[in-house]
Amino acid sequence: MSGTHHHAGEHPPHQPDIEEHPFSTYQVMAEAVGELLVEKQIISRDELRRTIETIESKSPAAGAKLVARAWTDAAFKARLLADVNAAAAELGIDAGPVPIRAVENTPSVHNVIVCTLCSCYPRMLIGLPPPWYKSRAYRSRCVREPRAVLSEFGTTVPDGVEVRVHDSTADLRYMVLPMRPKDTDGFDTDALARLVTRDVLIGVSVISDFS
Amino acid sequence: MRRHHDMGGLAAGPVDRTDHDPEPWEMRVDAIMRLLTDKKRQIMTVDELRRGIEDLGPGAYDELNYYERWIASITNILIEKGVITVDELGRRMSAVEARWTAERKDVGR
Repeated sequence: MSGTHHHAGEHPPHQPDIEEHPFSTYQVMAEAVGELLVEKQIISRDELRRTIETIESKSPAAGAKLVARAWTDAAFKARLLADVNAAAAELGIDAGPVPIRAVENTPSVHNVIVCTLCSCYPRMLIGLPPPWYKSRAYRSRCVREPRAVLSEFGTTVPDGVEVRVHDSTADLRYMVLPMRPKDTDGFDTDALARLVTRDVLIGVSVISDFS
Repeated sequence: MRRHHDMGGLAAGPVDRTDHDPEPWEMRVDAIMRLLTDKKRQIMTVDELRRGIEDLGPGAYDELNYYERWIASITNILIEKGVITVDELGRRMSAVEARWTAERKDVGR
């Protein structure tokens, strides 16, 4: 790069933000592969746009809705624990083709999910996984020292409570069914659902009791 | 033997809990993968994606970020299956790069 001096009308002023960070080879590759697939009529631009919209539309709200319903309807909870995908369909939620198992937190068991081999995650119910879920640190340590990992998220699991770590695969994924916090008797399902965050559904957080 | 992607139980540093939304190009990669694996197309599978990622080897696996690994794997598999050729990919990448460079110069004016 030159650019210590400028003649009027020659080059635009030096712009470090743009010029010193060229797009990565992989960004170029993603663009090129997409364009080639469109040209070969394997995918259409419209399908690409709509698929991105669908991915963006997935959020923990779906998982939270299942949890709130399970807290208020014991029969639904039993069906959720038996078959998440079928129970989700009852509420009009598409949980996707991969079977998902709900793992229930109780006063004696806390569950947390991980994918040590890659990044398997119930995206249809929670949205895209956060960066840390895909990180080496989380994947490596979650199965060996889950209590230490949980404490980094500000979650302390009492010594008397068993921690179960569930390693997701491409063929079976998990969601955590958290415990309903105390003193939420007057809450309707919408208010209950608002308590259930992404991190609660992964099991790195718990919902505090109201009191 | 443990391969490099099989990291469960190994020692590692603290979890970096920084959150950020995926960038547009990352969403594009995700969408391409979904379309290639959907019922209509069935051009590749999630298992093939993973095999492609794991075959990147220990160096690239750690140097590339998540969606860089995805697009590298997807591209290799599309070439392997003859859906695209190395030659047309190379030419298209040069064209994209030239176009983006020109667009950036326009932005600077």
